[in-house]
Amino acid sequence: MTPRGRPEPVQVVKQRRDAVLAAMVAGLPYLRRLGVRFDRRGDELTAVLPFDEALIGNPFLPALHGGVTAAFLEVAALIELGWVLVWEDMEAGRLDPAALTPEAMPRLPKTIDFTVDYLRPGLPRDAYARARVNRSGRRYASVHVEAWQDNRSRLFAQATGHFLMPSKDG
Amino acid sequence: MDEAGAERARQFIRAIPQARALGMRILSMAAGRAEIEMPYDPSLVGDPATGVIHGGAVSTLMDTCGGAAVLSHPAGAGGTATLSLRIDYMRAATPGQPVRARAECYHVTRTVAFVRAVAHDDDAENPVAAATGTFTLEGAAS
Repeated sequence: MTPRGRPEPVQVVKQRRDAVLAAMVAGLPYLRRLGVRFDRRGDELTAVLPFDEALIGNPFLPALHGGVTAAFLEVAALIELGWVLVWEDMEAGRLDPAALTPEAMPRLPKTIDFTVDYLRPGLPRDAYARARVNRSGRRYASVHVEAWQDNRSRLFAQATGHFLMPSKDG
Repeated sequence: MDEAGAERARQFIRAIPQARALGMRILSMAAGRAEIEMPYDPSLVGDPATGVIHGGAVSTLMDTCGGAAVLSHPAGAGGTATLSLRIDYMRAATPGQPVRARAECYHVTRTVAFVRAVAHDDDAENPVAAATGTFTLEGAAS
């Protein structure tokens, strides 16, 4: 049996994971434009879209813009997929934390198609989304994502998207 | 566009904070068809290495354009909401160029409008994205 070293201190692990996530998010200016951030618990990510008046699409209800909902779901799916792809290298310490600039991060997959199912109007409140990678192959991936506001069990939108994986050399 | 149509189009954009925030401009909006332009902006970028805007911004343009097509349809809906939207991303939009979407509401029932749309940059022959969507029809005249 190979002797095992002591586990890394929890702060080191947390700091590395948060630095990688921050670098991924920083690489997407459009995320900042929407105001989306990510909460992390272990490997579980929750995308958060804080409400802003500029996100309204129907001022009479009022309701979130359907395009904003679609964009929110798409970035949630994309970051989740990127996170899953980077996880193994990150945990093995193969990503140099000092070099985690957005430019040095592995390229994110590209969206091939994205289908949104609008279940109820998006209220003028914060929204949350969690994505699940249903299939991740060498070239393609399929990701499902669900979004809710006040109640986790009352989704206001869900979506499925297909993504083209980044090639290994670029 | 005639003056009444142009005024209706301006009102449509003015009423939608997100469309205003993205600087969208209606080029035409009548008889179940709409064409909307969205200027390039660095804050919409999804990949800083290339400067290509994120698909999410194109989704918002497509959804807005689809809604405009529905509201301009002779069925005379007072309001509309997206039921479903599927977008196919065919190629990256060229950085620096505006994206234009053209949507057509090609069928309506009493309660549902069916829409298809395409988006392109300066190379109009070569779309960047295509979309199909279903929208609700609310407060229709008929």
